[in-house]
Amino acid sequence: MKAVVTVIGKDNVGILHKVSGICTEYNANVLEVTQSVLQDMFAMIMLVDISAMSADFAQLVDRMETLGKELGLSIHTMHEDIFNSMHSI
Amino acid sequence: MLNVYDILETIRMIQDECLDIRTITMGISLLDCIDTDIDKACEKVYNKIVDRARNLVPVGQQIEKEYGIPIINKRISVTPIAMLAAACPNQNPVKFAKALQRAADTCGVNFIGGYSALVHKGFSAGDMALIQSIPEALDVTQNICSSVNIGSTKSGINMDAVKLMGQIVKQSAERTADRDCIGPAKLVVFCNAVEDNPFMAGAFHGVGEPDCEIHVGVSGPGVVRSALTKYPDASINEIADVIKKTAFKITRMGQLVGARASKELGVPFGIVDLSLAPTPAIGDSVAHILEEMGLEMCGTHGTTACLAMLNDAVKKGGVMASSTVGGLSGAFIPVSEDAGMIDAAVAGVLSLEKLEAMTAVCSVGLDMIVVPGDITPETISAIIADEAAIGMVNSKTTAVRLIPAIGKKEGETLEFGGLLGSGPVMPVREKSPAKFINRGGRIPAPMQSLKN
Repeated sequence: MKAVVTVIGKDNVGILHKVSGICTEYNANVLEVTQSVLQDMFAMIMLVDISAMSADFAQLVDRMETLGKELGLSIHTMHEDIFNSMHSI
Repeated sequence: MLNVYDILETIRMIQDECLDIRTITMGISLLDCIDTDIDKACEKVYNKIVDRARNLVPVGQQIEKEYGIPIINKRISVTPIAMLAAACPNQNPVKFAKALQRAADTCGVNFIGGYSALVHKGFSAGDMALIQSIPEALDVTQNICSSVNIGSTKSGINMDAVKLMGQIVKQSAERTADRDCIGPAKLVVFCNAVEDNPFMAGAFHGVGEPDCEIHVGVSGPGVVRSALTKYPDASINEIADVIKKTAFKITRMGQLVGARASKELGVPFGIVDLSLAPTPAIGDSVAHILEEMGLEMCGTHGTTACLAMLNDAVKKGGVMASSTVGGLSGAFIPVSEDAGMIDAAVAGVLSLEKLEAMTAVCSVGLDMIVVPGDITPETISAIIADEAAIGMVNSKTTAVRLIPAIGKKEGETLEFGGLLGSGPVMPVREKSPAKFINRGGRIPAPMQSLKN
């Protein structure tokens, strides 16, 4: 089982560090990261393995959302199935 | 890895364009709750609903969290209560409505639909008592929805029931006049009602359905409109293709959520209702899609053609995205629940007659339309008869949900709040159809019924 974490907002120091730190805390293995900074807008998409997580997926979702609020960023954590079902036949 | 563009598109749809799952509805059969003692029957009804739907809301919330997609409503539809009332003659069926309300409160669902009777060919035991109790039932409960099927392509239109429903709608408004006439906002009069509809107020669990199942109703007018803004100069067939692709994505999401809910709840998956269901929120309007196609305002000439294309494209896109499509499936045009429709009605561009024409080419019918408080029951009945005739002849579901604004006239507004929105009082014709309505009897089934 995999989940997609997307981070969108104003670029700042240490965003990747903080997001991956939370993944480590919950034992969610980071599989892939795509990141781009256009002007000062930061967009990162991270694919994480959630099959061996140490807590409920819902907790990770909440934690990421809280982090997003703290940093003034929009952080979404969603199960990959929603993207697979919407965009592939 | 997943395509970055696709991921961002999904997030934009949810965050900025009001994409959501409009409802997860659990259909529950109450046929095994029938009892000649109404109190025992009510207890069985309560226990069965709570037993089956106990986890509906928590599971819905869990799925919302996991997929990051809002599920606006968690609802229940039940066997038409008239069938249970039939076993308890001379008892007030409102007891059932109260039992359903208790079950709704315990389960935490938004609505329970099914305080219903199917009388398209005539009244059987329980039907008359139930219909006559509707105004009281909708008055003393908050989350119970009622529907009555008065016609079908196969059987024609029961004009006695049409006459009766005109009176019931009016009475229901009068009983709830102190609450912006909320009663009839929870009451739908159908022709060709479907048995697996997940949407309120018309949902009930048909007798041909399994004991318990899960239906999903999707939404997404904002997403369709936003997709169209990218093609300001495209031809209509190109626009139809854009709508199909968008509907496919929306429906796939509905299919995913429905399948997941069915697995988590251990209940078979019923259908996905391919629908564009508006809300009063800005950016979630079906009228605005039609305006994006090139109408200065919804309701002007050309509206029916645009809506016909939209409705067809939504179905074509959605049908491949789901394993089982059903319910009402199509674009909804509830006036009070759609910001663009409200504006068009206030401006006098969208009339009752135009809405009637629009219902010939889209899902359902005259929905959430506020009419003057001094409207006669016969005029309400005649509007129901007109709408039912469109459904009967075109072999489609049509419905009427009119709200007589007691004490108000054209130019004033009723405020329901929440998803039901607010509706301007729309004018109706003054000339009387009373003689026609008072004839009673039945409009025979049309030639379209003879397909065997």
